[in-house]
Amino acid sequence: MAGNEAVTEKKTRVAMPEQEPDYRRRNFEEVPLGYTPEMAVKEASRCLQCKSPSCVEGCPVEIDIPAFIQLIKEEKFDEAIKKIWEKNRLPAVCGRVCPQENQCEGRCVLMKKGRPIAIGNLERFAADFAREKGIEEASPRLVPTGKKVAIVGSGPAGLTAAADLMAKGHQVTIFEALHKPGGVLVYGIPEFRLPKDIVADEVESLERQGAEIECNTVVGRTVTINELFEEGYDAVFIGVGAGLPKFMNIPGENLVGIMSANEYLTRANLMKVYLFPEYDTPIPKGKNVAVLGAGNVAMDSGRTAMRLGADTVRIVYRRSREEMPARAAEIHHAEEEGIEFLLLTNPIRFLGDDRGRVVGMECIKMELGEPDASGRRRPVAIEGSEFEISCDLVIIAVGTDANPLLTRSTEGLKLNKWGYIEADPDTGKTSIEGVWAGGDIVTGSATVIQAMGAGRRAARSIHEYLTHNS
Amino acid sequence: MFEIVKRKEMANGTVILNEIKAPLIAQKAKPGQFVILKADERGERIPLTMADSDPERGTITVIYKVVGRSTELFKGLEVGDSYQDAIGPLGQPTHLEKVGTVVCVGGGTGIAVLHPIAQGLKRVGNRVVGIIGARTEGLLILEEEMRAVSNELFVCTDDGSRGHHGFVTDILKRVLEEENVDLVVAIGPVPMMKFVTEITKPYKVKTLVSLNPIMIDGTGMCGGCRVSVDGVNKFACVDGPEFDGHKVDFDQLMQRLRAYQSEEKTSSKAHRCRLDQ
Repeated sequence: MAGNEAVTEKKTRVAMPEQEPDYRRRNFEEVPLGYTPEMAVKEASRCLQCKSPSCVEGCPVEIDIPAFIQLIKEEKFDEAIKKIWEKNRLPAVCGRVCPQENQCEGRCVLMKKGRPIAIGNLERFAADFAREKGIEEASPRLVPTGKKVAIVGSGPAGLTAAADLMAKGHQVTIFEALHKPGGVLVYGIPEFRLPKDIVADEVESLERQGAEIECNTVVGRTVTINELFEEGYDAVFIGVGAGLPKFMNIPGENLVGIMSANEYLTRANLMKVYLFPEYDTPIPKGKNVAVLGAGNVAMDSGRTAMRLGADTVRIVYRRSREEMPARAAEIHHAEEEGIEFLLLTNPIRFLGDDRGRVVGMECIKMELGEPDASGRRRPVAIEGSEFEISCDLVIIAVGTDANPLLTRSTEGLKLNKWGYIEADPDTGKTSIEGVWAGGDIVTGSATVIQAMGAGRRAARSIHEYLTHNS
Repeated sequence: MFEIVKRKEMANGTVILNEIKAPLIAQKAKPGQFVILKADERGERIPLTMADSDPERGTITVIYKVVGRSTELFKGLEVGDSYQDAIGPLGQPTHLEKVGTVVCVGGGTGIAVLHPIAQGLKRVGNRVVGIIGARTEGLLILEEEMRAVSNELFVCTDDGSRGHHGFVTDILKRVLEEENVDLVVAIGPVPMMKFVTEITKPYKVKTLVSLNPIMIDGTGMCGGCRVSVDGVNKFACVDGPEFDGHKVDFDQLMQRLRAYQSEEKTSSKAHRCRLDQ
């Protein structure tokens, strides 16, 4: 009997403790609380240490996953984090926000049994352990190359490129348009999913290693790419993100109380609205909130609205549950917190009062037809199925377009028909010599880790360019 | 940090001029563009169209009306104090070209934004007719400065305490009747800009207005500053802040500017409580 129990024990994935849904839905503290060392060791012990591990293939930055898990199993936590750092500069971030189910964990052989190793949780554990114990990545004493690289944008792509280039002895300056560095990690992803202290720590660690960070600098306006070269930079990496919010383009969209998720989340996260009036930036306090879209940004918006005191929050999505693009964990957390899902529903018109404030939405029911270009079944409106819902705040989270601010001011930079920068997928090289690009401004909206992968590939190519051109 | 090197109270202390050290912005700034200022860690990001810039001194000048929590905070900053953040120059500069006769209409603190534009329009060879107005003489700003850049200047006050007793639109109408006007630039409170465009419309005179809607980042990211222009949404931060006034939906703009009225009261009250402590 005892033997059987041990087998069952080994099969079960160690769950990460979380704040209770009823409690956390009204606070901004982080939801998952992290593994204890005992939990981490226990979870690490489940790893089969595959000879040719497919989890590594699923990782955009190719972390040696079995190796760091083995080190956790052996309780060599400081060595585990060093193993991760070999490939990933931002493990505390990635352990929290990567869509592991589509990457490393999705490829885990135990996935077939539905119980993949909790790689993300273990990565987070190792990173948090290092933060708590003050373990720092030992920066090798490098001979400075004397080359200077300008990094435009301080999001995941820019931070990764900067770290990799510094590791090769190049000098980097990161330019950020907002008043705080971190990009989407700071303005977009909420505190309860990614505490801002973690991002600040990562940025400070780069600064300690010698990176210069210039906030409040809008490249394209305050300074142009050409001027950066004139100032003596040898190469430029553009990682400015996608940026321009998409709207629905339906009647009534400019009513007060309807805003983009970019605006809503920036107010909440960057401007710290949840501390209003201690912080000065206001936000509309919706009682009945509708969020349009069903990606991670939609979940973040809905869960933020709940924490800011909403009575009801509804995710309104024109396709069905299966097509929702958000991470499984986000959908699960949102549901636990009482967020409702109004699926196969598409808004066709916003309704306002005499003061121009939104009071509701007219929607139409949808059904799924033939697959479209994205391979997902195309939603088709069901004639005559219109109905109204009432809401006093609408957050539009249906994606972003390319922000033209920088690209328009940079002559010779080749763009695709949607306005994104054309860059070589392997190297990040653009049509201008000495200029690389990566992240959402190349691919359109993607994930943090994909942007980091692009930053890494570009850094490799920039390093080659700088060493061969000297 | 962006240090205040000069500060002046205008219009009985309701309007403040700050000249701010910001060399990078000063090198690039052109008439019609704006900056975003943030006083301290907790402050709001406030967009303000620049009144002047001096690349040699490395400074920019903003002139703003004290209307709420954040501008009250700005007002408290003295020479030697600094803004924590200044971002810019943002938005499209005014297209300055010779068209003939230009009427520049300014109301309230809009006159501060109008001044460098009028100056630029005159410099490229236009005949500039200035019309500026305020509620009362004590609130009128930059009269001498506007006179210096206008071939002719009219002053109006609502109460008749200085110049014409009435609105800027009265004079505008007269000028449109009397001479051939090629362009009108109107900058001031939204209702003033709306009335100006209504008056110029039958005369088919192109009318530029400069808008200052609510925004966060100023780089096209939030979409809060969207304005309906000819039925199409434009972002004031990247497409503007100047637009063809005949195409702007001013009523909607006014509604959107009132979006945070109740929060504004809470914020100012909380601020005063903190000061009292």
